Amino acid sequence: MQELINRAKELLADGTVARVLGWKAGDLPYNPEPAYFETEDELKDFVYNGFCGANLSKYMIEASKLEGKTMVCLKPCDTYSFNQLLKEHRVDREKAYIVGVGCKGKLDIERIKKQGIKGIESIEGAEITDGADTLKIRTIYGEKTLAYGDAMLERCHVCKGKDHMVFDEQIGESKETKDAERFDEVAKIEAMSPEEKFAFFRSELSKCIRCNACRNACPACSCRKCVFDSNKFDSSQKANVDSFEEKMFHIIRAFHVAGRCTDCGECSRVCPQGIPLHLFNRKFIKDIDELYGEYQAGADTESTAPLTDYTFEDAEPSIVGKRG
Amino acid sequence: MPLEKKEFKPKIVAFCCNWCSYAGADLAGSSRLTYPADVKIIRVPCSCRVNPMFILRAFEKGADGVIMCGCHPGDCHYSTGNYYARRRMTLLFSMLDYIGVENGRTRVEWVSAAEGVKFSDTMNSFVEKIYSLGENVRLGDLRCKS
Amino acid sequence: MQRIGVFVCHCGSNIAATVDVNKVAEMALMEPGVVHAEDYQYMCSEAGQAKIAAAIQEKQLSGIVVCSCSPRMHEATFRKAAERAGLNPYMVEIANIREHCSWIHKDMDEATKKAVILMRAAVAKVNLNTPLQAGESRVTKRALVIGGGIAGIQTALDIAAAGYEVDIVEKTPSIGGRMSQLDKTFPTLDCSACILTPKMVEASAHEKITIYTYSEVEKVSGFVGDFTVDIRKKARSVDMDKCTGCGVCQEKCPSKKAPSEFNRGLNTRSAIYTPFAQAIPNVPVIDREECIKFKTGKCGICSKVCQAGAIDYEQKDEIISEKYGAIVVATGFDTINLDKYDEYAYSQSKDVITSLELERVMNAAGPTHGHLERLSDGKVPKEIVFIQCVGSRCSDDRGKPYCSKICCMYTAKHAMLIRDKYPDVNVTVFYIDVRTPGKNFDEFYRRAVEQYGVNYIKGQVGKVIPKPDGKLLVQGSDLLDNRQILKEADMVVLATAIEPNPDVRKIATMLTASIDTNNFLTEAHAKLRPVESPTAGIFLSGVCQGPKDIPETVAQAGAAAVKAIGLLAKDKLMTNPCTAKADTLLCNGCSTCENVCPYGAITYEDKEVNDHGIRETRRVAAVNNALCQGCGACTVACPSGAMDLQGFSNRQIIAEVDAICR
Repeated sequence: MQELINRAKELLADGTVARVLGWKAGDLPYNPEPAYFETEDELKDFVYNGFCGANLSKYMIEASKLEGKTMVCLKPCDTYSFNQLLKEHRVDREKAYIVGVGCKGKLDIERIKKQGIKGIESIEGAEITDGADTLKIRTIYGEKTLAYGDAMLERCHVCKGKDHMVFDEQIGESKETKDAERFDEVAKIEAMSPEEKFAFFRSELSKCIRCNACRNACPACSCRKCVFDSNKFDSSQKANVDSFEEKMFHIIRAFHVAGRCTDCGECSRVCPQGIPLHLFNRKFIKDIDELYGEYQAGADTESTAPLTDYTFEDAEPSIVGKRG
Repeated sequence: MPLEKKEFKPKIVAFCCNWCSYAGADLAGSSRLTYPADVKIIRVPCSCRVNPMFILRAFEKGADGVIMCGCHPGDCHYSTGNYYARRRMTLLFSMLDYIGVENGRTRVEWVSAAEGVKFSDTMNSFVEKIYSLGENVRLGDLRCKS
Repeated sequence: MQRIGVFVCHCGSNIAATVDVNKVAEMALMEPGVVHAEDYQYMCSEAGQAKIAAAIQEKQLSGIVVCSCSPRMHEATFRKAAERAGLNPYMVEIANIREHCSWIHKDMDEATKKAVILMRAAVAKVNLNTPLQAGESRVTKRALVIGGGIAGIQTALDIAAAGYEVDIVEKTPSIGGRMSQLDKTFPTLDCSACILTPKMVEASAHEKITIYTYSEVEKVSGFVGDFTVDIRKKARSVDMDKCTGCGVCQEKCPSKKAPSEFNRGLNTRSAIYTPFAQAIPNVPVIDREECIKFKTGKCGICSKVCQAGAIDYEQKDEIISEKYGAIVVATGFDTINLDKYDEYAYSQSKDVITSLELERVMNAAGPTHGHLERLSDGKVPKEIVFIQCVGSRCSDDRGKPYCSKICCMYTAKHAMLIRDKYPDVNVTVFYIDVRTPGKNFDEFYRRAVEQYGVNYIKGQVGKVIPKPDGKLLVQGSDLLDNRQILKEADMVVLATAIEPNPDVRKIATMLTASIDTNNFLTEAHAKLRPVESPTAGIFLSGVCQGPKDIPETVAQAGAAAVKAIGLLAKDKLMTNPCTAKADTLLCNGCSTCENVCPYGAITYEDKEVNDHGIRETRRVAAVNNALCQGCGACTVACPSGAMDLQGFSNRQIIAEVDAICR
């Protein structure tokens, strides 16, 4: 982290960048939040640790409009989102000084709490430089330990790799944390009976409070105005609109980002209700991979997106009924 | 004695592209090839005009089945429209299937302007399928607390 | 709020017999915005249109719904009527209660209910309609004819006669097409070449006609009035300007083993060749697959013997790009492949031939110099069996479901000609039906039977078995006598089904012209617009639209020419105003729409916007209305809903959905 701060100071000092986009400590040991730093002094609040899961790519849409360059800290998986935004002309590459930061897997506080760890006072082992495989968690009930892997976000178990897709320089080592297959969860649902599928999604979606956190965090969901907020489809959320829009919302949201979603997992990470929203996006990714050839959004900035492409031999929609 | 159930009359929306399938539906009409009146056709210029929002909207408003018809791949009046439509609908239908909505409620069929018979056959078989599935409860009920 | 008038047509009894039109009009009055509703016998009639006009003016209607036949039939009629009464023509919507309702439902109650729902959907839509203005586009006063057979030649001659430039693109080295391969034509037994050649010469000499032979259409873009077509002129390896057509090269060419396409592979030709003596242009091409020079680098004899120095081995394919206002498709036909009809022993015996091959056998310029002989041993056959409907009127997927139309007549012609020239040859024809509608056709067929003693047997042939002695054993049935027939023949002629030229699918795709399950091009209306494709500016000439004989082909070729001339005579065309439109404030600038637009109609530009007081420069989509054809692909690609389609907007379609599901 110190290396990162030192570099940030240098870049600010020599005028390469006008500001730094990173994370600052929150009021709890596990909730750092995205922040801009414009002076050396402000950088004293800068943190980068295992809880800095937030994908900062999307902030670059606004930062691209600001005067001068912004130094942005992107983890390997975040760079896919940046590339995708670049491809869609939403961010300005010239306005970004990308520091590819190392990552050894990000932590999921909800998962830690679910394992019975409450009243957390401090956490040791979450620093990016820590080599330890175990978290030491001091709580008001005494010290607890937890394997790092058992505290990781779902997305880190299916890590896309430790390479940054785009960067100006790299600071820190990355570790590949993949220990599960990306599509296993989706395949499990696909294998269910229609009744089970329906019951599963009904129970998950019934938790939705339409807080729009998923939409706000999602780097692909970056419309100036969401269709659900405009009158273009007569679908804007007004009082007493029927509940169907919630279902529609998640299906359409996933559809709108299909072929553009990098599977960064922010939707699930930020959902206050713990809905595994990535299961929607990942279903589309799996279908796209299987039907139209493997495609990783954000791996580059030139390839044709699967939904703006076709072949004469593409599968017919009836394949859906035939597969299962 | 079992209670007599109210007769199920499905609501079925058919999106037809102007150049092929709407003309195919016209040909079915002028050839007096019948299919159930439950089917109501909406004319769109091309299958690529059909937004997944329209299909979900139909289900939201109580449709029991939605079918989309377009020109055969390779024959699109706009060259490529149905290719995009095909991918979009494949993914949408797959998603609906994934969340447990009966797959038979959605269908895509390519019907040319010369295929009045295919149009009528398609509608007959689709309506039959919807009758067999019965009222669309799931999409109308997805968010109800379980 | 709109002021909407609803007009329900009885269409005589076509609608009124199954739909309670009164009820539909009555129910219409309960819909939001509807201030007027009436029903009438024939809305499309002058009186009907006058009623619409009167209501528009008296009730100050801002939109109308006509519940009638398909919009594909009369939308234009009602739009014009509305326009004459001062209403924007795009404030008209049609509820199709005939083709989609009264004609397919029998129960009055059910049909009426459906008609009401269709009316409601149209009213819901028109409530959201906005007046649209058609733009104008220019017309390039030049036509392209694809295919240089009799259909293409006739169309080109007729268009040229009206004073417009025409280009013919022909795939093979010469114009002339199938007709040039025929020996005689029914029902008058004219020599085919004698009547075709003057037309070929006339076309090639016409100052308004440019002929591109050995050329293919490579790419088509644009739209009615303004097509841009890339034509690939395949390398002829012979300089057309220098060649005198002396023919020495063909004589001296040492490679003479290529099957002659013109003679249907019954004999061979040289590697440098003109397909037939009267070829136009009379300039040979080098078949590079067969040429020794191209295969081994050695030879070059043709170049040495050519006094004009016309041989050019270095010649390359050339792509030329031309603009056209109208395109006529005249791609013609071929006979079907007979692999699936092995029971007729076509692949096993040289003496089983197709009728088109027989044309070549009987032609003086053909492989046997016009002598009727067996291709196996050169002997004159004594017994010939013709089998009709080979692959036509077929109920399985081996053949074609349609009647090829010309076979009955040419078989009668062949039988008659053979009996005339070789009176001691017996001719038997197996047929399912003999179809002879056409001027002097039945008389012709009767002459074959009565005057020339051709033996017609109603029945099908099950099998043709080549015997070791060279004869062919024909097993058939006589349905009228109800008996099996075993007949020994020296030659069997198959009236092979015709199918559209296999290239037509590729061409139709380029032209975005629709095609039916048999690969025939679809006409805009089966009865009323038989020579137009539903795609504006594309016209159909000859067999590409359906089986035809020569007189019908020539008549249709002329009709297609007239339609093309009607288009070329206009200086400007009204464009479809139902184009895409971007909402600048909602546009993300992501380019997704641009990537799916088939017309390149969307570009991105940096534009100053004022978004609720925030002034900034944004990258936003802009639609070129002259290029946009209104498919709507962009509208669905756009995640924010910034891109919408005028006349079929998101809100309009959703209003229809809602009305139907209400």
